[in-house]
Amino acid sequence: MRNCDIVIIGGGPAGLAAAIAAYDNGVKNILILEREERTGGILNQCIHNGFGLTRFKESLSGPEYAARFIEEAKKRNIETLVGTTVLSLSKDKTITAINSTDGVFTVKAKAVVLAMGCRERSRGALNIAGTRPAGIYSAGTAQKYVNIKGYLLGKEVVILGSGDIGLIMARRMTLEGAKVHAVCEIMPYSSGLKRNIVQCLDDFGIPLYLNHTITRIDGDNRVSGVEISRVDENKKPIAGTQKYFHCDTVLFSVGLIPENELTKGADIPLSPRTRGAVVYQNRETLIGGIFACGNVLQVHDLVDFVSEEAEIAGRGAADYVLCGSGEKSPIDTTNGRNVSYVLPQKIDKNVAGDVKLFFRVSNTFRNCTVKAVSGEKTLATRKKKIAAPGEMETLTLGSNVVESVSEPITVLLEEEN
Amino acid sequence: MYDCIVIGGGVVGGTILRELAKYKLHTIMLEKQSDVCMGQSRANSGIVHAGYDALCGTNKAKFNVAGNKMMKEYCAELGVKYRNNGSLVVAFSDEEKSALKELKSRGEKNGVDGLKVIGIKELKKMEPNISEKAVGALFAPTGGIVCPYELTIAAIGNAMDNGAELLTDFDVVRIEKRGETFDIFSKDGREVKGKMLINCAGLGGGKIAALAGDDSVRVMPRKGEYILLDRESGNFVSHTLFFAPTKLGKGVLVSQTVDNNILVGPTAVECDGTDTTADGLKYIMEKSREMCPNLPLYNTITSFAGVRAFCDRHDFIIEESAKVGNLINCVGIESPGLTSAPAIAKYVAEEIICKRLLPEKNEKFNPVRKPDYFFKNLSAKDKNVLIKRNPSYGKIVCRCEQITEGEIIRAIKENPPARSVDAVKRRTRSGMGRCQGGFCQPQVAEILARELGVLFEDVTKSGIGSELVTEKIK
Ligand SMILES: Cc1cc2nc3c(=O)[nH]c(=O)nc-3n(C[C@H](O)[C@H](O)[C@H](O)COP(=O)(O)OP(=O)(O)OC[C@H]3O[C@@H](n4cnc5c(N)ncnc54)[C@H](O)[C@@H]3O)c2cc1C
Repeated sequence: MRNCDIVIIGGGPAGLAAAIAAYDNGVKNILILEREERTGGILNQCIHNGFGLTRFKESLSGPEYAARFIEEAKKRNIETLVGTTVLSLSKDKTITAINSTDGVFTVKAKAVVLAMGCRERSRGALNIAGTRPAGIYSAGTAQKYVNIKGYLLGKEVVILGSGDIGLIMARRMTLEGAKVHAVCEIMPYSSGLKRNIVQCLDDFGIPLYLNHTITRIDGDNRVSGVEISRVDENKKPIAGTQKYFHCDTVLFSVGLIPENELTKGADIPLSPRTRGAVVYQNRETLIGGIFACGNVLQVHDLVDFVSEEAEIAGRGAADYVLCGSGEKSPIDTTNGRNVSYVLPQKIDKNVAGDVKLFFRVSNTFRNCTVKAVSGEKTLATRKKKIAAPGEMETLTLGSNVVESVSEPITVLLEEEN
Repeated sequence: MYDCIVIGGGVVGGTILRELAKYKLHTIMLEKQSDVCMGQSRANSGIVHAGYDALCGTNKAKFNVAGNKMMKEYCAELGVKYRNNGSLVVAFSDEEKSALKELKSRGEKNGVDGLKVIGIKELKKMEPNISEKAVGALFAPTGGIVCPYELTIAAIGNAMDNGAELLTDFDVVRIEKRGETFDIFSKDGREVKGKMLINCAGLGGGKIAALAGDDSVRVMPRKGEYILLDRESGNFVSHTLFFAPTKLGKGVLVSQTVDNNILVGPTAVECDGTDTTADGLKYIMEKSREMCPNLPLYNTITSFAGVRAFCDRHDFIIEESAKVGNLINCVGIESPGLTSAPAIAKYVAEEIICKRLLPEKNEKFNPVRKPDYFFKNLSAKDKNVLIKRNPSYGKIVCRCEQITEGEIIRAIKENPPARSVDAVKRRTRSGMGRCQGGFCQPQVAEILARELGVLFEDVTKSGIGSELVTEKIK
């Protein structure tokens, strides 16, 4: 068994940024474990631009954004094992992993950062009727085939779900000569970023069918068509509203699920709302010394926010290794009216500094106000022209505000009347 | 010239092929699809039935009870997952409860051991998640579960390791009998000759018999749809839970699988096709919630359908055709055909084929396939021994099910060889987990292309016409 100060599980943007931040905060003995053959995570297949606008004030491709962090990690000589899959994690921070050179091995860490990212919800999870031929892909898998392997998937496409990867793939496949007949979204709004709706659908005249779902997939060996239907307010298909598209390819972009199998194996409590760990503001889970960041913690829209969150976790892990954990004085946060979740779920008042609350609203709202309240007190508030589930919201609580709080904090959205 | 030609690569044909490999016989299996186990034997409940269902004196009763008794050892030899989890037939009214007694005495007549009617208290203790409306159950301790495609593939693989041959994509379209010889032709013009013809063609059983000159066999389809839940919910029930049987059959069941998923289904609708329907899936959800109201259906990872091939005699036909000598029909083998297969195979080999051909024993027959089949179940020490010898076992390809590149390569190389992504999936479980191949499919396809020496664009999901990609981007 080898020993390590900090083990980082996952070498995507979250893991890389956490490693760099931990290093810069004084811990040098860091090990990144990455199952793919190179670090960079899902960014490697995101060859479109638009990454880094917030962080670097310029528009980078996914691999370019990743390269900046890979470079920084390299400069610091942070040890990285690629082609290495973590098989299990235990509460006492023992990690079992496997690769071709070392076989199965264990590492005992003082602190662990979970940065495993997320997976796509598959067609299977939706119980959509029909056959199971070739030509059905989740959007991210399609992206891998097209961008990494360099192959076309089909010519006539229907996409279910308006998540960002689906929107990006609608444009990508159009540019490669395919016809995207429709993007169907079961909700009354898109879960993707506004800019992606405009740049990936509107600019190419691809129709977005809100309140619609695929009700049947046909095809023997290969997809031959899909039936879509309008849905009612309970998301049940309405009889008589069917439309049929002949197509050879169906993409699913129906949600991302944090990959928390290792987390569950270590009995780390998860939030049913984010499907990620419950964390304090330093991104420490309820098991001391285990931290989480990036899409394994909450699904982000922008990698810039992932990097920011990972730096918090990396600093937290370094503090834990150098100073141990202090007594905590926790305050809970919860989602109130029109808000679907808030992160962090707990704030430790004994830790100094501002706290940024991340949250998502539960529908599209215009001219509204987002607020953090505690008992009778309003802690922070901001007016918004528009707020949508597809764009993560934040509110920052100053350190003096945090100190003064004694009751749970609720984040809510008020509509203007 | 073959001694025996087995038509149909399902569990019945597969176990027969293996049984025949125990003798010095020249045998071959002909399968219409691109892989074996693409019919009924692929998509079914995977239950090793105890044997109380079938009417006394039927072939179904006889072979079910015998097959159940053989299954444990049979699976152990082949390295196939089997678990003796026990079955419960749950009653929801006093009327149903008295029907259980009838079921019990029928079972006892059939030779089923250990049947017991239990009250609600005991039932609750065995299955805490059972509905409050249940009043009791028939407990069948000999009931079990098995992985149906693992069993079929392993039986065929073991037969091939012992000398049997296999031709896939061999769709039998013409059969000529000249004297004592069958001459069999495929759609693509291949020809195979043999002395004895064993018809195990499932849904195609009526057609094969007719091609050979026996038009007395009528086989009809009855579709069954299923929903499969994530392993995360795998301990929600531990036994196989049935409703009391009706005329339509055994109804929707809720069961653990040997891979620790939860399986619910099937429906029973007299039609063909492996597509699922909105109505069928809705019905399964409703029925399974009657059994277990808190069933975590939100944890669904996939839904699918299988088609039963039943015949108008409503019993298994396992006999030499009255019209065509040396044509052995094994048709109408619907449920409990999976359970019965090892016993059917033994009967066909020993009582029919051997008595006709009087073959010598194959002294070299090795009944063992792979005891340590799944890498993830090995100890760390054994894993490391294997990785040292072959580093591809250190590379996890399917993260959900923890399947290694080494296992995928083995599935492509060993008998019966996997040639498509779905074939790899049935042999290794790669792509069967919660992401349903989202992550591993491109990698599995790449390994297939490399190992088979074909272009990436020629790799299929499940045979010709199901290519994964269309062309290389210029
Ligand atoms: C929904 C469902 C649930 C079931 N549940 C259970 C259960 O829980 N327990 C149990 O014991 N049994 C169960 N069964 C029954 C069991 O699955 C079957 O009895 C068994 O799989 C039959 O095997 P087989 O080999 O006869 O048929 P199949 O597996 O259908 O094999 C027939 C093969 O013949 C091939 N073929 C057909 N025509 C031709 C041709 N012209 N040329 C060449 N090849 C041809 C087909 O492609 C196919 O591969 C279930 C069945 C279904 C459908």
